[in-house]
Amino acid sequence: MAESSMIGSRIRERRVMSGLKQSDLARRAGISPSYLNLIEHNRRRIGGKTLIRLAEVLDVAPALLSEGAEATLVSALREAAARTETGGGPGAEADRAEEFAGRFPGWARLLAELSHQREELEGTVKALTDRLTHDPQLAASLHEVISTVTAIRSTASILADTKSLEPEWQSRFHRNLNEDSQRLAEGAEALMHYLEAAPDAQADIKSPQDELHAFLEENAFHFPALEGAGGAARIGAVIERAPKLETRTARHLARTVLEQYVRDARQLPIEALEEAVAEHGAEPDAIAAATGLDMPTVFRRMAMTAERVSGPVGLVICDGTGALLLRKPALGFAMPRAAAACALWPLFQLLAQPGAPLRLRLRQGETRVLALTATDSAAPAMFDRPALLRPHMLLLPDPGEAAGFVREVGVTCQVCPIEGCAARREPSLLEGGF
Amino acid sequence: MGKKVVLIEDERNIIEAISFILTRDGWEVKTHSNGHDAVEAVRERRPDLVILDVMLPGKSGFDILQEIRDDDELSDTPVLMLTARGQEKDREMAERAGASRFMTKPFANAEVLEAVRDLVRP
Repeated sequence: MAESSMIGSRIRERRVMSGLKQSDLARRAGISPSYLNLIEHNRRRIGGKTLIRLAEVLDVAPALLSEGAEATLVSALREAAARTETGGGPGAEADRAEEFAGRFPGWARLLAELSHQREELEGTVKALTDRLTHDPQLAASLHEVISTVTAIRSTASILADTKSLEPEWQSRFHRNLNEDSQRLAEGAEALMHYLEAAPDAQADIKSPQDELHAFLEENAFHFPALEGAGGAARIGAVIERAPKLETRTARHLARTVLEQYVRDARQLPIEALEEAVAEHGAEPDAIAAATGLDMPTVFRRMAMTAERVSGPVGLVICDGTGALLLRKPALGFAMPRAAAACALWPLFQLLAQPGAPLRLRLRQGETRVLALTATDSAAPAMFDRPALLRPHMLLLPDPGEAAGFVREVGVTCQVCPIEGCAARREPSLLEGGF
Repeated sequence: MGKKVVLIEDERNIIEAISFILTRDGWEVKTHSNGHDAVEAVRERRPDLVILDVMLPGKSGFDILQEIRDDDELSDTPVLMLTARGQEKDREMAERAGASRFMTKPFANAEVLEAVRDLVRP
């Protein structure tokens, strides 16, 4: 049955709805009742003036009669059919979409809705693909959604494409479609919920490193509970009470940092640090010399204490690969959260010359700081393994011109405006260089 | 007598839909839904083609593919891999493990039919 042949049925439906007799409608439209009767039973094709007059009398737009009230549904079905036949082969009977919509309006609406949902989800899936590798929970949710979408797509296309589908199969696939659409709705909801619950407004997926740093920032990198005798025994309680440490990995990372904190606090108790700063100023080398400690220990104590003791102090620690293990931004000096940092940071020079600490003024955008670097080893050198270096970079307020030359550095290439930089790894998003 | 295909996939409604379209296309379809003994099922059945999902309970599709390729009697069987991740990494892994073809979910039924017909020429 071609689409236009349904016009009669729609005219009849409209007439009955407006309570008109066949003879009345015929008279007012200027045609004979028997002709209208033939039209209403889809036995005469009409168009042009007759259609327009009938539409006027029935007070509807002519298009509503010629295309049907379900025009949007029908076009949605056609779109669905067009989308699902990308691979060639026997297509859906797009020309019979109206008949399908007319006979099974509920199923047709479900199919159109699912197809629409599928399209939206496919978009979401594309946008999220690169996150898959970073988050197992997200990967599992998405996998569930994609599996369901696959089942729906395949099932819907069977329903749409298979000529003379046996009633048993038809009801079976309808049931599957219904089941899967429910699963899809639940899966999509779970996914939305998960993404909304993500750590911050940018809906970034949190890595354990992010959790660790959220925890450290919340405590301003300072843990009075771990100072003094018996600090090690209290680490567990500090971690227990930290809602920001959600994953086991993050708690493990926090334990490593806090164990170091306790060792440092034992070597340089808070009172001793206060005394040393009072005597030597915020000068790590002088404090190290006075206390007999190595410079990285002094760096960490200065950075991870109350601001009233040593003023605003930033700190970055990396490992031999240049991965940032700990970052405490301060004084407006920005540090990347996930991406690799700027190769011009003096921190990385220590990987080539671990024994040569640096003292250098840095300019990052409008920010100026004084950077001091020194290295310790996470493990000493052995014959079967080199020392595992841990370069540290302490950031102090810029003392001004007197301290000499300023090196211009960035945060990470993607957001760095420095032009013609020899250290650039990738183009900046800021330049519109793409 | 139709050509034999073993479909290894854990999603019930995908199994039902693919089985339906392949059966209609004249294939003799046998399905299997876990990774543990998938290779045994293939060995028992000696199909003309295996359709293999990457993510299966019990064992990864890549491992199953490896076992098929390492088996003297099965190694020539064409294998169509299905995965929910269109990432280059998975494609590379599938190619290295010897997949004959790789298809990303969600796929169109027609694509599946085209792929299986291509892989098993009468």
